Amino acid sequence: MNPELSATRKVASFDVFYTQILDPEGHLVGTPPAFAQDADELRAMYRLMVITRAFDKKAVALQRTGSLGTYAACLGQEAIGVAMGFALRAEDVLIPAYREYAAQFKRGVPMENILLYWGGDERGMRYPAGTPAAHDFPLSVPIGTHIPHAIGVAYAFKLKKENRVALVSFGDGATSKGDFYEAVSSAKVWNLPIVFLVSNNQWAISMPRARQTGAQTIAQKAFAGGMPGEQVDGNDVLATRLVLERALERARQGGGPSLIEAITYRLHDHTTADDARRYRSEAEVQAAWARCPIKRYKAWLEASGHWSAADEERLQAEAAAAAEAAARNYLNTPPEPPGAIFDHVYASLPKALEWQRAEVIARGPIGGEH
Amino acid sequence: MAPTPNEAQNLTIIEAINLALHAEMARDPSVLVLGEDIGKNGGVFRATVGLLDRFGEDRVVDTPLAETLVAAMAIGLSTQGFKPVAEIQFSGFLYPCVDQVVNHATRLRNRTRGRLSCPLVIRAPNWGGIHAPEHHSESLETTFAHMPGLRVVCPSNPARAYGLLLAAIRDPDPVIFLEPTRCYRLFKQPVEDHGEALPLDTCFVEREGTDLTLVSWGAMMHDTRLAADRLAEEGIGAEVIDVATLKPLDMDTILASVAKTGRCVIVQESPRAGGWASEIAANLAEHGLLSLFAPVMRVSGYDTVMPLARSERVYIPDVDRILKEVRKVFEIAPKS
Repeated sequence: MNPELSATRKVASFDVFYTQILDPEGHLVGTPPAFAQDADELRAMYRLMVITRAFDKKAVALQRTGSLGTYAACLGQEAIGVAMGFALRAEDVLIPAYREYAAQFKRGVPMENILLYWGGDERGMRYPAGTPAAHDFPLSVPIGTHIPHAIGVAYAFKLKKENRVALVSFGDGATSKGDFYEAVSSAKVWNLPIVFLVSNNQWAISMPRARQTGAQTIAQKAFAGGMPGEQVDGNDVLATRLVLERALERARQGGGPSLIEAITYRLHDHTTADDARRYRSEAEVQAAWARCPIKRYKAWLEASGHWSAADEERLQAEAAAAAEAAARNYLNTPPEPPGAIFDHVYASLPKALEWQRAEVIARGPIGGEH
Repeated sequence: MAPTPNEAQNLTIIEAINLALHAEMARDPSVLVLGEDIGKNGGVFRATVGLLDRFGEDRVVDTPLAETLVAAMAIGLSTQGFKPVAEIQFSGFLYPCVDQVVNHATRLRNRTRGRLSCPLVIRAPNWGGIHAPEHHSESLETTFAHMPGLRVVCPSNPARAYGLLLAAIRDPDPVIFLEPTRCYRLFKQPVEDHGEALPLDTCFVEREGTDLTLVSWGAMMHDTRLAADRLAEEGIGAEVIDVATLKPLDMDTILASVAKTGRCVIVQESPRAGGWASEIAANLAEHGLLSLFAPVMRVSGYDTVMPLARSERVYIPDVDRILKEVRKVFEIAPKS
């Protein structure tokens, strides 16, 4: 690699860019995007962030009191879900991991559906017909295995000449997996309309980002697949939505796939079954709270005259009420009848399984609870 | 080359598979094929020959060399109204697909309570006997047959390869379609391109007999038929059943046969422990014991790693090994 050797020359070079519009204090450090001229839209984004946090808090409380199964909180990562929800078009397909609740809410998934799924009821992933979410993928619990589904989904769009984009989201840990590389490596081969969105929340359960990969950035992994890769402040909802909209638009216009590394921080334990104090310091978490996505956005909205203390009071009450109502709807949903476990294994029940279903039905309810 | 419909042709299994792919892609524009080297090359066994020229590269998709991707792409396509037929070059390379198939293809319908589904087919040559390198002679059927939400289909002759592949493509759920590599070009049979699927979830009684039931599937059907021929020469009438769809398993047909014959030998190539013969034998023990004159015997591969070419015949059951187990049955329960 000695540049003085005439036999050796540079054949490629890549740059990784980082976008931030609001700093952690809510000061404008970049040009506000065009959508920021619509104050109603800005307020709607804020409302969704706050409602999502209230939902998250309620879900954790339900788990702590024995009313919900293991739950993966999105605390601190709300800006990414909100940006996804607002950047996507109804006809696009979202292929999520499991901390993007805000995007699901925006696309029409009722809050109680998320509680149902984590509460042990598959009906939570049967999103309401007629909503944009109806054609979205469900939450995906295995890490990263859903990423290459985007290749098939986007190939279908291309074949049908539909002007749609597949947005697939996952965490920093998922970028260590082969599924991620197979998808990133092949997406540009067909110039597919895909946006790969990495929520780099710094921790994959107990493993810090530095122990996932020696790569300087995750964004640069895009270059190996021949597509653009960039970083954005994932706690800055304006920047994240802007960068995401650019990537979606590029894909929609035939510009092909790209990857965004949204830098954020998982403020909560990995799930309610985890205790993050075992592997990270309280000081680190406190420092991350200073970069909270809601705090900075609220500060900017207030400074811009788009938000008042009265607005805040109303919203906090509304968010808490919405989370309460969702919890009530979830808790009041009776479990499926026992025979339902057979109803969607196949399109129609094979003859070989009929006796098993009959046995379950004959046995009757088994005293299950939420 | 597009074959002329409605004209019975004498075809090998591989030609019948190719014919079924041509027929279904012509009939249904949502069907597409994908895999490694399936386009210009026509597949390593030539199952997809002529498809690229006839249907174009949009629907005949040469993929990068990534088996997880092939399965995952098929899943993505199947959720968007397509009927993908993926090829994996040898079943030994299906292992990277297992995660995708088991955690997603078989579950998306259930996970979403019917909102999404995965009507897809993954085809692969299965079993040994072609003196191939390591990993090219594996028996994967039980690996998949254990998994709920899946169909596992193993054709054993050209007509069934044609009719079952059409059925697999038209099925609304994921199907693993395992083809008998060593029988691909072993014999020919008249196959009419009538576009009619054969039933799934159904065993085929391909020869009737009253003395013994021989049960097998896939490549071992060939040796099972030869064993039945030998027994016929000795005056023993063997009923021969091709299981064809391993999962879900049609035990009714097997039980009805055993009720008639009272004797059963099951032939599989895969390792013995926990193989599909064990599943069939367990069902016979539960539901057919009182019909039996003798224990159900299994003929199988051994619980060893599939040997390389020089020793593969040591491993793969043959007519003699089938007859040896049959003799044991008749020693215990002689033909009256």
